[in-house]
Amino acid sequence: MDFAIQFIINVLSLGGAYALMALGLVLVYGILKLVNFAYGELIMVAGYTLHLVGGSPLPWLVMAAVAVVMAMVAGLATDYVAFRPVRAKSVTAVLITSFAFSTLLQNAALLFISPRPRSVPLPEIFSQSVMIAGMPTPMRDIITIVAAVVLLGLFAFLMQKTVLGIAMRAAATNFTMARMLGVPANLIISSAFAISGFLAGVVGILWIGRIGTVAPAIGLEPLLIAFIACVIGGMRSLQGAVLGGFILAFIDTTLNYTLSQDLLKFRDAFTFSLVILILLWRPEGLMKGPSSGQRT
Amino acid sequence: MHRHILTLAILGALIVAAALLAQLMGIRLYERIATTMFVSMILVLGLQVFMGNSGILSFAHIGFMGVGAYTSAVLSIPDRMKGMALPDLYPILENVQLSPYLTILIGGLVAALVAAALSYPLMRLSDAAAVITSFALLVVLHTVLTHWSAVTNGPRTLFGIPEATSLWLACGVALAALIGAMAFKESRAGQLLRASRDDEVAAAAIGVNIVKLRWVGFILAALFAGIGGALWGHFVTSFSPRAFYLKETFLILSMLVIGGANTVTGAVIGTLIVTFAYEALRSVEAGINEAGFMSQQVIGLTEIVLALAMIAVLSLRPGGLFPAREIGTLLTLKRKTGGKSP
Repeated sequence: MDFAIQFIINVLSLGGAYALMALGLVLVYGILKLVNFAYGELIMVAGYTLHLVGGSPLPWLVMAAVAVVMAMVAGLATDYVAFRPVRAKSVTAVLITSFAFSTLLQNAALLFISPRPRSVPLPEIFSQSVMIAGMPTPMRDIITIVAAVVLLGLFAFLMQKTVLGIAMRAAATNFTMARMLGVPANLIISSAFAISGFLAGVVGILWIGRIGTVAPAIGLEPLLIAFIACVIGGMRSLQGAVLGGFILAFIDTTLNYTLSQDLLKFRDAFTFSLVILILLWRPEGLMKGPSSGQRT
Repeated sequence: MHRHILTLAILGALIVAAALLAQLMGIRLYERIATTMFVSMILVLGLQVFMGNSGILSFAHIGFMGVGAYTSAVLSIPDRMKGMALPDLYPILENVQLSPYLTILIGGLVAALVAAALSYPLMRLSDAAAVITSFALLVVLHTVLTHWSAVTNGPRTLFGIPEATSLWLACGVALAALIGAMAFKESRAGQLLRASRDDEVAAAAIGVNIVKLRWVGFILAALFAGIGGALWGHFVTSFSPRAFYLKETFLILSMLVIGGANTVTGAVIGTLIVTFAYEALRSVEAGINEAGFMSQQVIGLTEIVLALAMIAVLSLRPGGLFPAREIGTLLTLKRKTGGKSP
């Protein structure tokens, strides 16, 4: 029983973080049908901002807010630098420019900050733990679960009830039609990038809260996680991304408990082979999104 | 036909000229730079074979370079070094020691075989799904290379590989790769594949077996990558799996994209230009470090400039410097239209 509770808390906290990462990626993909390879670097930006403002006397929540805002700015910059100039030209071109932008940000961090990991300020609560059913549980897992629930709720409200959300869903379903009905294309795309940056910023703080330091290559793992989660869940469906995040967390946690040390090293190879298999079985992912797949 | 020979002659002359120049300068560093450049050129031409003809971006290419490099290394490390370099090697491979020239070929073939086995089902996918799976494939290959300690010495550096790659060997293989890429492009398979790139539905309607043709292109690309990787291994003589990951992928991709992915000319010219820019920037970086203006080591400047160049080229000239026509075609057209550009 204790074990079951611990397992569930692990899956939920990891899954919450994964779901938020996937949501940020799929939001942009849904509208543009283009993958943002620089997504992981938004998390890196949030981490470095936190590191840089760490010396100031501001309260931690203000620092965290600054970090999230910087991640949103970086998200908008991705749109302006990597996507807008080549968006209409070819899929390959955008994939390459976003890959180039990701390299650009990573090397900027190498050049201007340091190749070595840097510490980030974290409040006490991240390192405390509480007793749940007789097992010590890290507070940061609880914080992650709460943050994921709150953000997913907010996000659902935004997408279902506000004009912006409805316009974004319309654009994801049929971009040309949405434009004809008066949805401003560039504004919608920029908002998607900003929201994607917001999610990356929050999840970045939670993610770095687990590790405690930030390094230039920190974005790769979240990017890969977001990829897998989206592919499992369905690249076009927002619910699918969330579902994919939780499924992936379940698989990862199970593999962590069951695989022997020797095989655990190959965990990434297992999960990525799984992605390839799922894409072959259902190229659309587990949940189908809106039927129109036209690129814009 | 005439114009293809002209293209081959011009590009071949450029390659030989680069090699001659490097040798005549008589500076060891230039020879090393030129050799590395020919290895990159083989890889870029390989990527061009798949990407240029099928129109699908592949991230997995460098993974196959790693497969080729490790295969060739394991088969050619001398007996007495093996115990030290690869302590956990399977007994069956312990006494194998072949000539590096043979193992370079075997490295290419093994990479092609691995590609053939893994990639057939992936060739059904297009656009973003294809790119994500090829990225996944790169991660899988990298994870396996990093953790299969018995054959690769794990994440640690593998050393003791016999030196075999000379400037002229690399130059010769680059010439062969040039002819191979051009021959594939103008073959029936290459032309049908390009038809599918331009319009998948129309090509399928005239009976093109898209999956099979893409597969052939992918295997050929992996063969180039494997041979390139093996040549590189026998040139640097020690390497670790980190050499075959995102940084190298970025470099090779930038060469192809800046030159123009759709043409063989673009692949060759892109490699020449990017190598030159890369080395120039590296020496600027080294100069800054030596002069000590900055409080810490300057690293990453080269990649930043390359990334900016890539974004600039793609926004201004999405097809690269040579977007559609080979250099031979451009020159013939120019002559026919009396010097006016077509």
